[in-house]
Amino acid sequence: MRNNGGVTGPTLGIVETRIVTVFDHDDPLRMRSGATLAPVDVAYETYGTLNEAHTNAIFICHALTGDAHAAGFHEGDAKPGWWDNMIGPGRPIDTDVWFVVASNILGGCKGTTGPSSMSPASGEPYALDFPLLDMADFVEVHRALGHRLGIDRFAAVVGGSLGGMQVLQWALNYPGDMDRALIFAASSRLTAQNIAFNAVGRHAIMRDTGFNEGRFLTRGTSPSKGLSVARMMAHITYLSEEAFQEKFGRSAQEGELSPNFGIDFAVESYLEHQGQRFLSRFDPLSYLYLTRVMDYFDPFQDPQALEALRADPVRFLIMSFDTDWRFSTQHSRRIVRHLEGAHLPTSFREIASPWGHDSFLLELEQYHLSVRAFLDRAAEEIR
Amino acid sequence: MSERFRADLAIIADLIPQGSRVLDLGCGNGDLLRLLREKDCTGTGVDLDPANVLECLRHGVDVIELDLDKELGEFGPDSYDFVVLSRTLQTVYKPRRVLAEMSRIAVHSIVSMPNFAHWRNRLRLLRGRMPMSKDLPFEWYDTPNLHHSSIPDLEPLFTSLGIEIDRRIPLDVDGHRLATGNIGSNLLASSVLFMLHAPR
Repeated sequence: MRNNGGVTGPTLGIVETRIVTVFDHDDPLRMRSGATLAPVDVAYETYGTLNEAHTNAIFICHALTGDAHAAGFHEGDAKPGWWDNMIGPGRPIDTDVWFVVASNILGGCKGTTGPSSMSPASGEPYALDFPLLDMADFVEVHRALGHRLGIDRFAAVVGGSLGGMQVLQWALNYPGDMDRALIFAASSRLTAQNIAFNAVGRHAIMRDTGFNEGRFLTRGTSPSKGLSVARMMAHITYLSEEAFQEKFGRSAQEGELSPNFGIDFAVESYLEHQGQRFLSRFDPLSYLYLTRVMDYFDPFQDPQALEALRADPVRFLIMSFDTDWRFSTQHSRRIVRHLEGAHLPTSFREIASPWGHDSFLLELEQYHLSVRAFLDRAAEEIR
Repeated sequence: MSERFRADLAIIADLIPQGSRVLDLGCGNGDLLRLLREKDCTGTGVDLDPANVLECLRHGVDVIELDLDKELGEFGPDSYDFVVLSRTLQTVYKPRRVLAEMSRIAVHSIVSMPNFAHWRNRLRLLRGRMPMSKDLPFEWYDTPNLHHSSIPDLEPLFTSLGIEIDRRIPLDVDGHRLATGNIGSNLLASSVLFMLHAPR
C-alpha cells in the first residue's frame, strides 16, 4: 500500500509548528452557540513563500485526527507530515508556487486550544466545561489565523473528510475568503450509520472507568482503553473490505492459527497497534468534541445557506472514492447537487481506488492529477 | 482563437445565444464550453474519459463525471438554458431516455449525430463492407457507437417525445455546413445537427 512516505523527489525538508494567539480576552472568539472563548491559540505551519500581492495562499484543513504538521519533516523525525505526498515542491499543491498554511483545528489537541487546555477561570483543564463546537467555529479560527498572516483571500482552501466539511462551511459563510474550494471524501450531512459509529466511539471513551466525568486529567486517570477501542472501530470504517482483505486476508499473526481469545489474526494485531499508537497522539476529550461537530453538521438545512455563495461564487472541485463507505460517493454527489443546482462553478470526480475512505491521504494518480490540473489553472489566474 | 476548434463546435457556439447557461453532455476536452466563454456563456461539461476531464480542469472548464445513461437525474429540471449532445447520442445505451432527460433539464437542446445513410456509407455497404468514415472511424468490434441512424430515422424519435425541430443543419465530413443545405441531405450529409426545443 502506498502511503504518505511513498513519494520520491525533493521534500520541504525541516519544518516547524508555530503557535499564535488569535483571540484573547479583549477580543474573544464568539462561538455559534453564543459562548465566548479566550484565549484561543492556534498551532500552524507554513510552507513556500507568500508573494508580494498575497494572492498565492492555500489553506489546508485537516481531518478528525490530523494536526498542523501537514508536510515536510520535524527535526529528528523519520516520517513526514500527514499530507506530504500532496504538499511540497513539485507536488500537486506545489510549494514552489503556493504559500501553504496548515493549522490544528479548534478543539484539537496538537497545540490549538481545546478541551484539555487550561481554563483561565478555573486554572484547570476545561474538560467538559469546554463549550460545544460548531463547524462555523473552526472557520472563524481559520480565518483569524489567515488575517494574522496577512491573508484576506486564499487562492484555494483544501480539505478531506472533516477537513472538507470545514472547507464547505467556510465557502458558504465567507465566499469572499477564497477563489477555489477543494473538498475530498467529505459529507454535507452524516447518515444515521455515520452518527452511530461516532456514538459508539464516544461511548467507549465515556464508559471507561478512567474517564471520571471528563476530569481525568486532574484526577490522574485516563480512558485509554476506551480511546483505543474507539480508534480501532473507527479505523475499520476508514478502509474498504477489499483493502483489509488484501492487507491481511485471514492470515495468522504468528505461525498457525489456533483458536484463542488473544490476537490470533493479523488484522487483530493491526487494529491493536492502531489503537495503542493513537493513545500517545490523541486526546479523548478532543475525540468527543470533534466527532460531535460532524454529527450536527448539516449546512444545507438552512434554505438561505447558498445565498452568500451565489452572490460571490467560489469554484469547487469535489472528489470521492468509489470504495469509501464512511463517506460514500453519494455524500459527495449531494454536495455537488446543492452547489451545481445553485449554478455555482462545480467540478466532480469519483476516483477509483481500492483503499476506502483513507484514499484521500494516498498518492493516487487520477486524484493527484486532478488537484494538479485544477491548481495549475488557478496559478495562471493569479499571475 | 476559434480556428483551433472543430468546425461543428463553432456552428453550435453560433446557435447558442449570448450569456446562456449550457450543459455539454460528452464535452470531451471542454472546447465547446471554452468557445462559449467568448459569448459570456457559463455552464458545465459532463464526461467520463479521464484525459478529457483533466483537460477540462486544466482549462478552467467545470466538469462533472457521470454516466449519461444512469445519472442525468443529478441535474435539476430547467437548470440550464441549453443542453448539448454532440456526436454522443449514438454511444448511449438508451437514446430515448437520454433525450427525455435532456428535455427535462433544458427547453433548448442541440443534438448532432453521424449520418449512417451518407452516400459513402451506402457505397461501402453495397460493396458488402460496414461503413467507415471520418465520422464513423471505428472497426465494428471496437466502436463506442451502439446505435446507427439516418436523418429520416432520427426525426420520429424526437417527435415521439414531443420535441420539435427548430433547425436541421447537415454537415460535411469536416463538420462544415453543406453548401447544398437540406437538399438531398440524407445522401450528402456526413453528420447532422439539430436544434430542438422540448415541450413545456
